[in-house]
Amino acid sequence: MKKISFKKIIKDPYLAIGILIMGLVLLMIIVGFFWTPYDPTKMSASEKLQGISLRHIMGTDNMGRDVFSRVMYGSRVTLLIAMGTIIIGAGLGTIIGAVTGYYGGVIDEVAMRIIDALFAFPSILLALVIVSVFGVGWMQLVVSLGIAFVPSFARIVRGEVLRCKDMDYIQNARLQGVGSLRMIFVHILPNIKGVLASSILIGFNNAVLAEAGLSYLGVGSQPPYASLGRMLSDAQQYMFTRPSYVMCPGIVIVLMVLGFAFLGEGIKRWE
Amino acid sequence: MIKRRIMRKKGTSLLMVVLTTLTVALSGCSSDKAGDSANSSQETGAGTDTVTSTQTADTTADTQAATTEADDLSKLIVGIPQDIDGLDPHNATGAGTREVFYNIFEGLVKADENGNLNPAVASDYTISDDATVYSFTLRDGIKFHDGSAVTVDDIKYSIERNMGVDGSEPLIRAYSKIDSVNIVDDSHVDIVLKEADSDFLTQLTVAIIPAANEHPDTTPIGTGPYMYVSNSPQENFIVTRFDDYWGEKAYIKDVVFKIESNMDAIVMDLEGGSIDMMARVTSTQANQLSDKFEVYEGTMNLVQALYLNNDVKPFDDVKVRQALCYAVNPQEIMDFVSDGAGTEVGSAMFPAFTKYYMPELNDTYNTDVDKAKELLAEAGYPDGFEFTITVPSNYGQHVDTAQVIAEELKAIGVTANIQEIEWNSWVSDVYSDRKYEATVVGIDASTLSASALLSRYVSDAGKNFVNFKSDAYDAAYANAQATQNDDEKTAFYKECETILSQEAASVYIQDLPEFVVLNKKFTGYKFFPLYVQDIAAIKPAS
Repeated sequence: MKKISFKKIIKDPYLAIGILIMGLVLLMIIVGFFWTPYDPTKMSASEKLQGISLRHIMGTDNMGRDVFSRVMYGSRVTLLIAMGTIIIGAGLGTIIGAVTGYYGGVIDEVAMRIIDALFAFPSILLALVIVSVFGVGWMQLVVSLGIAFVPSFARIVRGEVLRCKDMDYIQNARLQGVGSLRMIFVHILPNIKGVLASSILIGFNNAVLAEAGLSYLGVGSQPPYASLGRMLSDAQQYMFTRPSYVMCPGIVIVLMVLGFAFLGEGIKRWE
Repeated sequence: MIKRRIMRKKGTSLLMVVLTTLTVALSGCSSDKAGDSANSSQETGAGTDTVTSTQTADTTADTQAATTEADDLSKLIVGIPQDIDGLDPHNATGAGTREVFYNIFEGLVKADENGNLNPAVASDYTISDDATVYSFTLRDGIKFHDGSAVTVDDIKYSIERNMGVDGSEPLIRAYSKIDSVNIVDDSHVDIVLKEADSDFLTQLTVAIIPAANEHPDTTPIGTGPYMYVSNSPQENFIVTRFDDYWGEKAYIKDVVFKIESNMDAIVMDLEGGSIDMMARVTSTQANQLSDKFEVYEGTMNLVQALYLNNDVKPFDDVKVRQALCYAVNPQEIMDFVSDGAGTEVGSAMFPAFTKYYMPELNDTYNTDVDKAKELLAEAGYPDGFEFTITVPSNYGQHVDTAQVIAEELKAIGVTANIQEIEWNSWVSDVYSDRKYEATVVGIDASTLSASALLSRYVSDAGKNFVNFKSDAYDAAYANAQATQNDDEKTAFYKECETILSQEAASVYIQDLPEFVVLNKKFTGYKFFPLYVQDIAAIKPAS
């Protein structure tokens, strides 16, 4: 186990940049819980589609709502949806991957073929199907994206478990009579946590993009509340008249994705 | 070690993937545009060819066109949002198809821009006192586009084709009321109904086509001011002026309806000159256009409202519905959603129906927050309540309107949650199954009669998706249907509208604005109370 020291973090540019970007984004989100410059749903007919100014640092939207306040609120929604997605996707995926990888045989065959079938659908399409069956709403969105993310996690974990299960320390533990469940969760999983951690961060990225994509298609969060993807979609038709309205939420999405990517890479190098 | 190197590669490749996706997405946009402009320049190139060739024909043959100075004014390119769905006027269902066909086909009667039905293929008509026999006189000397004369047999054939006399379903539901179409003599036809219907004339705008034409689905022949030339699927639909037209001839010789499937490219296509006219653009698009274009502002001819399900609590209480009417400010909605454009409505009738529209009903509920709170308290909701507005996600204006309403209702302590729903689910859940609390949509009229808008509020009407129930309304509507006297009928319809307003059947908001853009080289655009584009009225600006 390496010691976590400030110096070491600074030395690794990936980790440092990742932490910096995510720190900024998280700071904005956390502040957004307690304070936003304006009420994110407050409309004002006299201040429609204003540009960047001191009064509205990201301008206003087509209903005269403050874009910065909405970005603060929207990134929270986007991040929460991404977290929910990863909890479901990584949780289920890890369990399925570990069990199938460890036991092998028929369970493995059956589960992996189902996963293959899920893989055949692009995750956005899968989520669209689920949303059209269960209706629109952010709970449905989280569940559907979560399910869409299960296959990739199951694959990764299964591969790692297969690799570990014939190693000497596992054989050793087996000789000592350790039970299967304990073997999976206490002996194997902790040893693949590096791979898992970086795939979770990569998954975060994909979840942020998928949320943005789905909200852009109109099946994500419900108005008047914003998520970043939703804002992009609303702003699209004002791209020429008020470019800042499209740019601001777009830049925050890019930052979030970059932050996670750097963080993921950094953690991988740390291990 | 090996593992770690592979992983690092994977990490960097992910970064690469993110970046490439972004680049591709961005360059995707720009290459799209490049493709578009390439396309449009090609088409304008092709366009000028046709113009010049027709021009030479013009100057020699047609003196009328020669007097209309500038050369390219003999051709108009109209953008339409979707391809036409068939060439047979009786089987075409799309509203977008009907608006094009208005220029090619005519019925016994034809609607004008004021909502009146004027004789077209028929030169005159009489309706029997009991409203069961409609007698038509064939217009003298009227010709089809192929040069043959229109006969009474063609009229009988066309009407019967829509009745489904060969045992099939009638193409128009109201035509099941027709008992028989009788040819009286060479120039007179009687249409006999099974039951009295004084509004039946509105159904007789259906195209009269030649009985001799064996392939109406590939060779469309009508009697309108323009005749069919050619069409290319997903590309265009070309018509030319019919010089033997019985009425006032069209001004522009050649008209191309160009399919503009990419709504985002409209502004660029207009500016670039690949289209001269486009209907139903948004106010945002209209604002982006240069002064080369005239923007005509009209209305979409629909009743946009916060429709309330009168069967569910708390909207079963008239006081709650009235309270919402007092709290919602239509003018404010228009300011937010369409920069102040739009026309307020106070009942289920839009302004284009001038005969029935009652502007005074707009003042039944002038915005009054205190009054609204008072009514809520009387109804037993002093602290307000919470409900859901279900709104079809593909209609941006309705979603925006719902957001403004939700904001306005906060003032009286009512929380409105917005639920976006896909259009087909809206039709099945909200419209058919009536499983909703409130919804924002626009309702239009399918024919030129007040009953098209008012019949849905009759208690047991199948279309009554707001579950409105009022004995007084049912009685007034039945009276309107029963009488043949036009003044009495109008009075009863107006009574219906007043009841809807007083009972606050729904929160009536506005008739949405419609913007039509026309190149300033042309003028004369007219709005219709129906979904049609009258190209014959457009002329070169002199």
